[in-house]
Amino acid sequence: MMISMYKVFGRTNVRLNLMMLLWACVSITTMAQDITVSGKVQESNGSVLPGVSVLVKGTTRGTQTDADGNFKIAAPSSATLVFSFVGMTSQEVAINNRTQLSVTLQNDNKQLAEVVVIGYGTQRKKDLTGSIASITTADFNKGNIATPDQLVAGKVAGVQITPNGGAPGAGSTIRIRGGASLNASNDPLIVIDGVPLDNTIINGAANPLSLINPNDIESFNILKDASATAIYGSRASNGVIMITTKKGKKGDVMRVNLSTQASVGLKTGLVDVLSGDDFRALVNQYGTATQKSLLGTANTDWQNEIYRAAVSTDNNLSITGAFKNTPYRVSVGYTNQNGILKTSNMGRTSASVGLTPMLLDNHLKIDINVKASSIKNKFANQGAIGAAASFDPTQPVYSGTEAYGGYYEWVNADGKPNTIATRNPLGLLNLTDDRATVNRSIGNAQFDYKFHFLPELRANLNVGYDVSRSDGKKVIPALAASNFSNGGEKTVYTQDRTNKLLDFYLNYVKDLTKDTRIDLMAGYSYQDFMNSTTTITKDEAETKTLNDSPYKTQNTLVSFFGRANLNVQDRYLLTFTLRRDGSSRFAKENRWGTFPSAAFAWKISEMDFLKSSSVISDLKLRVGYGVTGQQDVGQNFAYLARYTPSTATAQQLLGTTYYNTLRAEGYNANIKWEQTVTQNVGLDFAFKKARLSGSIDYYMKNTSDLLNVVPVAAGTNLTNEILSNVGSIENKGLELLLNHNTISREDFTLDLGFNATYNENKITKLTSANDPNYKGVLVGGISGGVGSTIQIHSVGYPASSFFVAQQVYDASGKPVEGVYVDRNGDGKITVDDYYHYKSPAPRVFIGFNAQATYKKLSAGFVLRGNFGNYVYNNILSTNGVLQAFQGANNSLGNVVPNVLTTLFATPQYFSDYYMQNGSFVRMDNAFAGYDLGKIFGGKSTARLSATVQNVFVITKYTGLNPEVSGGIDNNIYPIPRTFTLGLNIGF
Amino acid sequence: MKHFISKNTVLGGLVLTLSMSSCIKDLDRQPFNEVTSATVYNDPAAYKQVAAKLYAGMMLTGQQGPAGDDRTKDIKGMDEGFSSYLRNYWYLQVLPTDEAVIAWSDAGLPEINYMKWSSNNAFIRGFYNRVFYQIASCNEFIRETSDAKLNERGVSGTILTETKALRAEARFLRALSYWHALDLFGGNVPFVTENDAVGSAPPKQTNAKSLFEYIESELKAIDGELVEARKNEYARADKAAAWMLLAKLYLNAEAQGQGNRYADAATYAKKVIDAGYSLQTKYEDLFKADNNTSTEVIWALAADGTRSQTWGGMTFLCHAPVGGSMPASAYGIDGGWGGVRVTPSFVKLFADPTGKTDKRAMFYTDGQKLEINELSTFTDGYAMPKFKNVTSAGKVGSNLSHPDTDFPMFRLADAYLIYAEAAARGAGDKALALDYVNKIRARAYGSAAGNITSSELTPDFVLAERARELSWEGSRRTDLIRYGKFTGASYLWAWKGGVKDGAGVQDYLKIFPLPSTDLTANPNLVQNTGY
Repeated sequence: MMISMYKVFGRTNVRLNLMMLLWACVSITTMAQDITVSGKVQESNGSVLPGVSVLVKGTTRGTQTDADGNFKIAAPSSATLVFSFVGMTSQEVAINNRTQLSVTLQNDNKQLAEVVVIGYGTQRKKDLTGSIASITTADFNKGNIATPDQLVAGKVAGVQITPNGGAPGAGSTIRIRGGASLNASNDPLIVIDGVPLDNTIINGAANPLSLINPNDIESFNILKDASATAIYGSRASNGVIMITTKKGKKGDVMRVNLSTQASVGLKTGLVDVLSGDDFRALVNQYGTATQKSLLGTANTDWQNEIYRAAVSTDNNLSITGAFKNTPYRVSVGYTNQNGILKTSNMGRTSASVGLTPMLLDNHLKIDINVKASSIKNKFANQGAIGAAASFDPTQPVYSGTEAYGGYYEWVNADGKPNTIATRNPLGLLNLTDDRATVNRSIGNAQFDYKFHFLPELRANLNVGYDVSRSDGKKVIPALAASNFSNGGEKTVYTQDRTNKLLDFYLNYVKDLTKDTRIDLMAGYSYQDFMNSTTTITKDEAETKTLNDSPYKTQNTLVSFFGRANLNVQDRYLLTFTLRRDGSSRFAKENRWGTFPSAAFAWKISEMDFLKSSSVISDLKLRVGYGVTGQQDVGQNFAYLARYTPSTATAQQLLGTTYYNTLRAEGYNANIKWEQTVTQNVGLDFAFKKARLSGSIDYYMKNTSDLLNVVPVAAGTNLTNEILSNVGSIENKGLELLLNHNTISREDFTLDLGFNATYNENKITKLTSANDPNYKGVLVGGISGGVGSTIQIHSVGYPASSFFVAQQVYDASGKPVEGVYVDRNGDGKITVDDYYHYKSPAPRVFIGFNAQATYKKLSAGFVLRGNFGNYVYNNILSTNGVLQAFQGANNSLGNVVPNVLTTLFATPQYFSDYYMQNGSFVRMDNAFAGYDLGKIFGGKSTARLSATVQNVFVITKYTGLNPEVSGGIDNNIYPIPRTFTLGLNIGF
Repeated sequence: MKHFISKNTVLGGLVLTLSMSSCIKDLDRQPFNEVTSATVYNDPAAYKQVAAKLYAGMMLTGQQGPAGDDRTKDIKGMDEGFSSYLRNYWYLQVLPTDEAVIAWSDAGLPEINYMKWSSNNAFIRGFYNRVFYQIASCNEFIRETSDAKLNERGVSGTILTETKALRAEARFLRALSYWHALDLFGGNVPFVTENDAVGSAPPKQTNAKSLFEYIESELKAIDGELVEARKNEYARADKAAAWMLLAKLYLNAEAQGQGNRYADAATYAKKVIDAGYSLQTKYEDLFKADNNTSTEVIWALAADGTRSQTWGGMTFLCHAPVGGSMPASAYGIDGGWGGVRVTPSFVKLFADPTGKTDKRAMFYTDGQKLEINELSTFTDGYAMPKFKNVTSAGKVGSNLSHPDTDFPMFRLADAYLIYAEAAARGAGDKALALDYVNKIRARAYGSAAGNITSSELTPDFVLAERARELSWEGSRRTDLIRYGKFTGASYLWAWKGGVKDGAGVQDYLKIFPLPSTDLTANPNLVQNTGY
């Protein structure tokens, strides 16, 4: 089946290549003579409309109607005028040599006529019954944005996008309405042009999404509630993000768009550590004679040594147009991003082709998208970040000798590197050469055929692929102190991912009566994921193999799905969906899951009593219910009895032979789908005069049969912990979205947008036995103390709640070392006295954006805030103790000034003293643009822009950045402040 | 036209149906790297590879050395380097005694030193999980090598003979782990055998008496199937290993409430002694990188710097005791971890701690204070570089991070001392016992200068001698319990009870608590008294 589909694809491709050759002949249309056109604009009820924007299409030339609704404008006699007004449907009127025009604008149903991409099809926005947020190009965040997820950060209620640090191409943690799972994935499903992506890590890429050029993206449709997502069944529990790339439109003339931007990223601050002089004073006061003797004379600011001002560039060229029946878009892009941590760099070359030919008298619509990118990463050794915070500031950067690359290092009495001392941060950076090339292509061909004999029926076939190949090599020379005892390191790794997709559905849409419209869809989907990796680690000279671990795995999903939409009188909308998913990750008996949903919407504004309201232009009540599943458990064969061979470094000697051992694996034959039931009530509203629109949603998500790794009754399985369906988790919350068109005048507009989300996450069950004495699952590993954790999943508390000891303070408010509240009163301070303290997830998060235009100038900003999120300051807890300056084995390590407050001698990792409120408000983005208008003799348009990202943060948190996904702050690659200048030319 | 379409539709429908059913078959995916249990034994070589894992389970931590990821490590939810059987056994047998303190502040680790553990302690849980992981793995192998299954798969000839021996060894390893469960958890543990299938219902809790009898019967039952003493391949258990375990079982029977069995201890120790082992000439060579050649070792856990790597096991034992001004390269390692030292009480067991008379006093004192004011300060307390990654000829091991040095689980000197203790307690030939003890003393002193007289051969002397001879080899806790000195206040050492000079602790601490995780997972379990 798959093969025959590719044949179809191949044939089409040949034909399209011919078309592409012809495009070169397309020329630019020339302008006709200008004439003066005047006229009047009114509403359908006859009242005049002042302030209507009148624009000559395809230009920036425009005017506005006066108080009586009159306008006058000079325009080419063959031009088209565009009339637009908030709350009204825009209208295009061709001048056709007329000098007098009368225009009637219809009441706003403009946005409502918009079509929104949903799973397996599209829907008119006004017919939506689910909670779906749509963000398009105009609303995207601006600046030096290397990965798509950053385009919409802060823009959507209920969607939290937390950057995972500032490395080039680094991704984000995306959470839609909190996490529905504990051990299974909490990432939303991302669907690009109909191809669902899998969540697996792409080796050699900072983030799988970094292989997609954000400039190619037209829109994000974020499906939040189950009635919208359930059509994706088993992968929809955490929401679905539908990404649509830019495409040519029917009848378009060829347009070329060139954009170029250059940016510089600067560090926003440094971890507060002692200076060389302060450190000398500290050691001289508290240190032993030996420690004092280790002090150097330098004053090195190690953090300054490892960071730099990072210059990046981004260039994109796209050509959009239509050739006969084939709209097209072709683009190429090149991004070169330097990280502020020295040696980190990402270079991405990307290309995309989108063709949407209409054939067979417009009955066959073909949508072909091919995106390809090649990324070259150079990863910095991020260990340098922590090393820079703790390396002795009294030591110089360079030792003055040749040993260890010339970098100053802690050595043993015999001159060999002290293996457990902190390494020279600059040595870590400069003596690590860690590069990877990743090529990825995502493509699909969608054939949408409207039956000739039955135009109400469409058949849609979508074949797609997502393939990537990674080649990485990491070299650490034998002379580097970090790998001295192993003779350096040379690791070569590869990864091949091949994901295949085939979807087929039939769609039947019919107006049964004048007032009743049905839309039925039924389909089938097949998706297969293959992933194979190799990793070979040797010493630099390649004399011995330290590790050789190839791995290959595959999983498959087969689904059947259907949807029924019913629209009665445009007032009552009903949606039912049903999906049945089969996953190769479960045993035959548990393989299939059924995921239904139902939703109802009532368009109150269409009711007679509101229809003629001059206040309310839109009012819609939505109620939805749906069940979604989860099978992304990170293991493909957790249900199957199997044996795993050991690598060459984990052999066992028996006699004189080393045997690769075979390990019988623990398994749980009974694992099955995790299920999430979502209920949603929402209200969409728009007020005409107040120019205010928005929506409010209340949701409740209950996940049961939670796939959780739990302790096994000892002896009953070949493991101590196993993935089992136990427990439940609950998320409930409220989302508010408001958009206000504050000012709308000819030369001055101001739009404000605000969104806020309140989310409450609580574990309601964790084990099959539901033992009240069971504390929970310890999670959240911290640095300092091997295997120490600071968080816990417990019943009755949010997932990953902090689990800490309650610090006792003396009369002066100073924490008393090692003294904690004996909460259970048994006279001992044990883990039984620890308590649940807050959660790393914010209770409330908001986004606020403003966008203004004044004549040719535009400007705006995006503010984002999190409230009620707590952070464990792991840097303070490890480097804020006197013991920390007594580095390992006769070395010294820098400490943070906090040690002078606490004077803690030994680490108090579990003290709640290190918990801090991480609430913040951040200006993510501020931008200004200037429209240069026509350049090059009127043939081209140009726009200049300037953007600042990460403008400021307001927070009480004392560390570098309060926004820490997971809530444990420990030497994370800092997010830079980035200044970008851009130029966009269209012709 | 209509005819054409319907034909096409039928054809299309047929193709679609066929493709769908074949796609549904695609859901039966099979792993590539792993072998399914259904097919693994199609290759008879698999028997030995699976058995090798049972041995590897005593020291290594996963299928990728020295450490891999969640998929490759054996014990989940724990730092892999900490999850080694040997390392956890060592922690629980050595750290709560006068033999050692550890500087690290990993959550739960100082509590082992202080004897202030609770059922949430990560290291107790880690060891318990190891014990039952090992038992479950042995059960799987014993199940898969039943006579019926071997017959069914047509296994014959030398492979059949060897597989049966390996099966007996799996029963030995299982008995060893159950003995650890008896000794450390009081025997009040879940009981599973090869008759309990993977994924079965939570097992019933057994008790000291039943478990004692089970271990005894198992070790006796396999005596006929195990390879003769000193005739098996290196690092595999033979009859002598089983006798040694029986001797230890009987020696501790009384302390575990199973009656006086010192005579049986003497009998089995004597069987070992008479099997032809001889003392290593130089004591220190027993703990060096070429100790696989030792004539004294009855059964060792094999380490290898390049092929058997782990951060637990011998990597821990060679690195953790090195710190301060100690020259790491002299011990064949790339640097110390600055962790483990001995307490002053242990040093006092030697009349002359310099090592000049009794060479077993292997202390490193340069820059080290005798007293331990701070657990976390490495230079508080004498260091003891006993295990070294250097051969007896002074050659450094194959890898500076991971030693080639093997861990001697059972060795002849231990058998001598078991016999001596039984005799001192009145259940053996005292003259013979004196001869055994003086052999050990003569090696330690390099002459007869340290020899003792018959009247000096008291149970208390043997306890002290065991500490001197078998220090850090994992038997001190069991020994102190046997003498009633582990708990209570009759014998104190630095940081016992969490106090610098030592404080008495309650008797319930003789056995460790069952980890709270298993009490939750298995409702049949009742916690040990006191916890």
